[in-house]
Amino acid sequence: MSTRDSGPGHVLTFDDLPPLARAAVPDHSTAFSPELTLWRERMPGGYHWSGLVRRGNSLRITSMGPQANVSALFYNFEDRAERYNMPDTLKSQSTAYIRKGLVCYSDMGRVLCSVADSNCEWHDTIGGISDADVVAERQGIKRYQEYRNAMHRNARDGFLTQLGKWGLGKRDVVPNVNFFSKVEVDEDGDMKFVTGHSAPGDFVDLRFEMNTIVVLSTCQHRLDPNPRYEPAGVELLCWRSGTAGKDDHCRLSMPENGRGFINTERYYL
Amino acid sequence: MKIRIVESKLDPADAVFQADHPPGTPWMHEIKKGQIFRIVDLEGNQAVDTLFYNARDTQERYSLTHTMLAQQNLYLGVGTQIMSSENRPMLTIVADTCGRHDTVGGGACSSESNTVRYALEKRFMHSCRDNYMLGIADHPSALHKRDVVSNINFFMNVPMTPAGRLTFEDGISGPGKYVELRAEMDILILISNCPQLNNPANGYNPTPVRYLVWDAPSALAGAA
Repeated sequence: MSTRDSGPGHVLTFDDLPPLARAAVPDHSTAFSPELTLWRERMPGGYHWSGLVRRGNSLRITSMGPQANVSALFYNFEDRAERYNMPDTLKSQSTAYIRKGLVCYSDMGRVLCSVADSNCEWHDTIGGISDADVVAERQGIKRYQEYRNAMHRNARDGFLTQLGKWGLGKRDVVPNVNFFSKVEVDEDGDMKFVTGHSAPGDFVDLRFEMNTIVVLSTCQHRLDPNPRYEPAGVELLCWRSGTAGKDDHCRLSMPENGRGFINTERYYL
Repeated sequence: MKIRIVESKLDPADAVFQADHPPGTPWMHEIKKGQIFRIVDLEGNQAVDTLFYNARDTQERYSLTHTMLAQQNLYLGVGTQIMSSENRPMLTIVADTCGRHDTVGGGACSSESNTVRYALEKRFMHSCRDNYMLGIADHPSALHKRDVVSNINFFMNVPMTPAGRLTFEDGISGPGKYVELRAEMDILILISNCPQLNNPANGYNPTPVRYLVWDAPSALAGAA
């Protein structure tokens, strides 16, 4: 690929940074072990959650049932107009899905979180979220009045509920990640949900490289054809991982991510 | 979705609005429900980074995911309904001589993403999102950075492979190719005519595009 506008010479890398900037990055990344746990909580299927996850902590999300789906959005806690950006994430990493070794970019060229580990090889980025209409059509309406907390929920309403708690709203809903789900696309661009893609015990470690408002919904995937309302629950486990080390596989997976981490680390110097 | 080429029967002589838009600048314009909006790729392979808002309530806007999910297909072509964040049709593609337009690659380029994708030194190159910031700052619509979401890249070709790779391909557009959309509600258009020089989106040579607007066909004598 030609880069006609680039001048001659060197492209700046981590090794060119001033010593103080390099010293702010740990030598090694930290692997999970149980004594690093900060808190854990069971999140039932169909529910919504939001929270602040600080830079240097990881959120391990573990599927507790078949065909779990965790819709997620990420916002910079200090500037909420900075948020997860799907096309920037995909284009920078030449991928249409999220997997171990990749990162979730903000619209400002920074890494909100990196996928430090996952035994699920494909997390969907193109499938959007469910709403009241799609749940009513596929699984029927169950109102609170008759069903109390067994009512049917949808991801859109869950996202808006949580976003409101942070002073955010409709304007802040953007294309999201759907952890544990897979949508295939054929040569003509037709989209197809893959049933049975994930299993109980599947997990993903999201290592937060920025102070991030995390918004989650455990409603079924919008394209999941299951006619029964059976959203799977997950476990959320927050642990003290530290940020990505100099030897981190997300940082080193491609030159683009090396630059994304430089942008991120500069923000906190 | 198979590529379909459908020519328009509208005559430029009947257009109620026409403007040429040089590359590297923002453009905003309101069209009314029923009007037809044409974008002409005058010299070929020019990416036209486009956002649509409900002109009466800009909280409702183009949604990449709703548009793809409504047709369960990634690409835009004749018959595609451009869907809003409220899952309502905003516009319908009624003619298209290019055949494919990009969605998931549709992040307008920005100085920040250029630092990631190409080199930290690219920060000071001109970009679409800088155009968006300046365009909305100078417009009375009170749009904010929060409202600048993932956009459509007309005439750009970023296919996703079945294995899940995303690649930038040479455009399939050419000089004079166009796409035409019918507004299904009053629409505020925000466009950056893309200045990107680091990939084939513009054939490494950003060029002007042309816009035409026709009133609703029923108001035009003799037009189909």
